[in-house]
Amino acid sequence: MKAANHQITWLGQLGNNPLAVAGLLIVGLLCIVALSAPWLAPYDPHAIDTWHILESPSRAHLLGTDLLGRDCLSRLIYGARISLLVGIVAVGIATVIGTILGSLAGFYGTWIDGLIMRLVDIILCFPTIFLVMAVIAFLEPSILNIMVVIGLTSWMGVARLVRAEFLSLKQRDFVMAARISGASNARIAFSHILPNAVAPILVATTLGVGGAILTESALSFLGIGVQPPTPSWGNMLTEGKDNLEIAWWLSMFPGLAILVTVLGYNLLGEGLRDALDPRIRDSEGKS
Amino acid sequence: MQDWKILSRITFSSTIILNMSMFLYLIKKIFTLGSTFLGITLISFMVMHLAPGEPMSLQTDFNPKMTPEMRERLRAQYGLDRPLHIQYLQWLKGLAVLDLGLSFSPDRRPVWDKIKERLPVTLLINILAIGLILVIAVPLGVAAAVHHNSIFDQITTVLVFVAYAAPAFWVALLLMLYFGIYLGWLPISGLHSLMGYTQMSGWEKLLDWCRHLILPVLVSALGGLAGLSRYTRSSMLEVLRQDYITTARAKGLPEKKVIYKHALRNALLPIITILGLSIPGLIGGSVIFESIFAIPGVGQLMWTGVMARDYPLLMGNLVIVSVLTLLGNQLADIGYALADPRIRAGVKTKD
Repeated sequence: MKAANHQITWLGQLGNNPLAVAGLLIVGLLCIVALSAPWLAPYDPHAIDTWHILESPSRAHLLGTDLLGRDCLSRLIYGARISLLVGIVAVGIATVIGTILGSLAGFYGTWIDGLIMRLVDIILCFPTIFLVMAVIAFLEPSILNIMVVIGLTSWMGVARLVRAEFLSLKQRDFVMAARISGASNARIAFSHILPNAVAPILVATTLGVGGAILTESALSFLGIGVQPPTPSWGNMLTEGKDNLEIAWWLSMFPGLAILVTVLGYNLLGEGLRDALDPRIRDSEGKS
Repeated sequence: MQDWKILSRITFSSTIILNMSMFLYLIKKIFTLGSTFLGITLISFMVMHLAPGEPMSLQTDFNPKMTPEMRERLRAQYGLDRPLHIQYLQWLKGLAVLDLGLSFSPDRRPVWDKIKERLPVTLLINILAIGLILVIAVPLGVAAAVHHNSIFDQITTVLVFVAYAAPAFWVALLLMLYFGIYLGWLPISGLHSLMGYTQMSGWEKLLDWCRHLILPVLVSALGGLAGLSRYTRSSMLEVLRQDYITTARAKGLPEKKVIYKHALRNALLPIITILGLSIPGLIGGSVIFESIFAIPGVGQLMWTGVMARDYPLLMGNLVIVSVLTLLGNQLADIGYALADPRIRAGVKTKD
């Protein structure tokens, strides 16, 4: 009953925020585009057409063609798949690691907490791109490796959030009640404390997808991310850089796509944060 | 007379006590820093040994002139025939004297030399970027907070979101396209002009450098600008809600004084910490704009090292950059401690 009330309230709150709704629409649109790529794209993204090299946007090719005559619009649409895939999987990995480590640190405290927080501080000293570049230099720059590495370097934020939730909720009455009724540590952690942490985790995850997409496109741009011919918005921009003076459309559209996508996720994430936070405080007050 | 003696005695003992607590604080700090540094080296070392096969294999495997004996000699020379933890300790010993080994690339120069000559450039651009961020983001955030929910606030919020979401390398390309190629105002690569540089006077050289640095600094500052102005805004809003602001207003102080003398000072404190935290992001961003604008800094060095699988260079670069970040964070901490009078007075603030 209470959960049902919750859902209607925060969703309604989200609906009142026009920026958040815009974010939601953008994200939704992106998902639709990515899923329907084979039907949506006018051309095959790998189809080389040497008769139509570097054509500016026209009726036949709405966003122009690239150095090998491939249609930019189709490549852009297929690129959405890559960005979405990498973003979601990388953040998924980061969330899982962060939640586990954060809950361990917050729940047990003492040296486990100290150790995990020290690890967080250490990893935060590395500029992410440097670390990711160094790792990918030694593994193959495949999509799987990129996802794993980005996930391994972005779990720290989630860990801190989860730890904070655990630290603050550990002392609460409902936890003591659960302990008295004989619940094991694992059960207390998972069934009682963790559900309260879902809200900030959700916010961090949404915002994290935007960050992951930016990182992946930066890597692809530098040549150590998604390798051509697989279209990724980042490696499309590499080609754009090489042909900057003669083909502005190669640089304009992929970047615009990244901008709109990350913007969408950020708006949605911020909207979720505004919608969920006071709700949580209210619910804790009542419980 | 007696008062003087009492006073001097109090001063003496309080100096000792303060120094002792300072001393303990320093010891604790050194321990924290030391363990973080060790952690950094450990992770860097582990990362470099992730590769399947050996670090040398790229150089040796496809070289037809490489005999098995030569391969063994190379391994011994680089110490790769010893167990992993020994290799780690060897490397640590070298780190202590800044001997990061020799680069794998054909020129075989010491890694530290390569890093040393490029570090000032990256540092220069990043420091200028931090300056630019402070100068623009703080007033922007304060103005947005003071005119909360006005049109100005809403427009800046949207702009900030857009700046935050824009990929830096794309913005760099657009700026290059517009200012460099289309308008031809600003040069698009390098640190200074290639032609006629030596004939320029001192002032002309300075101007030349400035023209070359504008775009990289702008691109570097972009992301941090968005983040910091947002943070300033929320910090300022938080402060403006406080009771002492209401008191100041009730006392009849002019609004300007309330904002600048009372609210701003308190709102600025966490910004120092945030600046410290954004250092790794700035240095990481160097990779991108250094590649695009052909600036010879440590970011570009990292990239060429990755392309060439230059293992000692990558390890050395990674450690140096992380240590710099560590130092930067410590500076930010010290700055915060100096700026916050509550800490100076020894009041325990929450950790």
